[in-house]
Amino acid sequence: MSTNSEALQALIAGRLPDSHGRFGPYGGRYVPETLIPALERLADGVRTHLPASEFRQAFARELASWVGRPTALTYAGRLSAEWGAHIWLKREDLAHTGAHKINNALGQALLAQRLGARRIVAETGAGQHGVASAAACARLGLPCTVYMGEIDMERQAPNVGRMRLLGATVVPVTAGDRTLRAAIDEALRDWVSDPLGTYYLLGSAVGPHPYPYLVRELQAVIGREARAQFQEAAGRLPDAVIACVGGGSNAIGMFHEFVADHDVELIGIEAGGRGATLGGNAATLSFGRPGVLHGSYSLLLQNADGQIEETHSVSAGLDYPGVGPEHALLAQSGRVRYRTAEDTQALEAVRALCQLEGILPALESAHAIAGAKVWAAEHAGGTVVVCLSGRGDKDMPTLQQTLLAERP
Amino acid sequence: MSAHERISAAIRTANARGELALVAYLTAGFPSRERFRADLSRIAAAADVVEIGVPFTDPMADGVTIQRSSRAALAQGVSLHWILAELESMQPRLATPLLLMSYLNPLLAFGIESLVTAAERAGVAGFIVPDLPFDEGDTLHAALSARGLALVQMVTPVTTEARLTQICTRSRGFLYAVTVTGITGRSTGVPAEVVGYLDIVRRYANVPVCAGFGIRGREQLEQLRGHVDGVVIGSALVELLERGGDPAEWLQSLRGTHSD
Repeated sequence: MSTNSEALQALIAGRLPDSHGRFGPYGGRYVPETLIPALERLADGVRTHLPASEFRQAFARELASWVGRPTALTYAGRLSAEWGAHIWLKREDLAHTGAHKINNALGQALLAQRLGARRIVAETGAGQHGVASAAACARLGLPCTVYMGEIDMERQAPNVGRMRLLGATVVPVTAGDRTLRAAIDEALRDWVSDPLGTYYLLGSAVGPHPYPYLVRELQAVIGREARAQFQEAAGRLPDAVIACVGGGSNAIGMFHEFVADHDVELIGIEAGGRGATLGGNAATLSFGRPGVLHGSYSLLLQNADGQIEETHSVSAGLDYPGVGPEHALLAQSGRVRYRTAEDTQALEAVRALCQLEGILPALESAHAIAGAKVWAAEHAGGTVVVCLSGRGDKDMPTLQQTLLAERP
Repeated sequence: MSAHERISAAIRTANARGELALVAYLTAGFPSRERFRADLSRIAAAADVVEIGVPFTDPMADGVTIQRSSRAALAQGVSLHWILAELESMQPRLATPLLLMSYLNPLLAFGIESLVTAAERAGVAGFIVPDLPFDEGDTLHAALSARGLALVQMVTPVTTEARLTQICTRSRGFLYAVTVTGITGRSTGVPAEVVGYLDIVRRYANVPVCAGFGIRGREQLEQLRGHVDGVVIGSALVELLERGGDPAEWLQSLRGTHSD
């Protein structure tokens, strides 16, 4: 326990990840030797550029004038009345390209430009990171290739067309489980083939060091804005903050600014899918065991032989058997509580938010909304800020087959 | 002689005959579980060292061939436990040193301490772990070294010279010099800069150097002769097994004759 609280103190003090890319026991750099020079160069680039005023100003300028930040903090009045607690929404769905993914894609594309990258590769699950990467690359004039699992291309078809319009090459991944995880495998294979000319624009707070740190830093704008906006509106801090967790980038961006606020309860909502059986969900922190996948030591959904399990979620963006190493530490230390919302709860949350607030959330974000419903029932009259990480237009194919199919 | 010394000695013995050592790879249980021990025996008889691939669901350093063989093996229920049990049941023991090539996660799931014991019992001489760079490998290296087993390290054409020297002092059995920046199985020639890199690697290495990734035929072997001590044949051999070819005959044909 003391090791946990020491690691948490170090995290709060800003000392994690350490020089080995570790968040307590989690993180590190488990990649083929070919990628080590590229990761070291990236880590050097992160150290040099991220704190530099030239980079910070360019990033802030693009976030304001192109992404449309700050995004709004919306009080969900009718939803609050219905569910019995005060629910506020951090509106990442209003960011350019429709999700928080753009914060990271833009920041990393700016970094790639400064590192002299000739081309960008990215993976995508729901397509939001792919669209964000394609847009950021178009904006900066960088060629972009996006790997996407065949199954995801089908269920997120609108985003495939958007990426192509934005000038990206979308490569279907037919290997492995044909979802996000196979897309990451394939993007890594591409990167291994040209580690110094290609920049791998990883979309979540996962992967080898320095990605989990880099992505957190670029997404931390979500929590910084939300905390200041809430204080401005209410004159205090919320009782709880809730975000959905797949790889965990919107959640880490939202939580980071609040980690030191011990009175603010932090809750991550994972994809509970069809329920607790192995293979029926993507709830890594709830059901996973430690192991190594995609370059870092974290929790994983795996069988007794260490083979990675296939996952299920109605939401492509959460359909991933791993999770960022910082979340693994936040879970182990108890600072963040991780719960699940099942497919049906997420779909109900989509319906509620549409009908009561006029907002169509992404299926990923709907898991956080579903988590807020449960929290509200346990904390009548309390106040919670929910990260509405993206909008749901991309989910129309799935919604046609689910919510809309139930009605005449 | 410890297990890792047996690997180096097998390579040196081939060199003493004037040949490049052949390190042959097969995915355990591919094309079929039933044939594994027979395939392994035939390959071991023709090769100097054998690498047995432990299939993994997410083989990020591998090309399409080994992705396919790994998936097929997993579909037949091949696991590290099964592989070690099969090896343990082989009597008499194969004279050719055997290495297990595995991604890290199946090894972690097995448990490092039990793994070392089980590997020793099964006659395994060492490990190659493609997603374990040497800076993360202290625990496994220490556990294997304590029992004389090898942890073969990899270097690549983009490895810096400073790092190369560190890796060279750590590698046991042999040093795996990846000849391409890329994944396994893509056929390439051997460009002049790769030859230059191999010469540098060999200067620093205190164990034999074997080149691998994308080596598929005689022509590449001839280009590598004099610059390395052995070659690793992986995807090409897996494809041969897939086609129902005779691995022993083919490996023998690679050795051929030579003029030095």
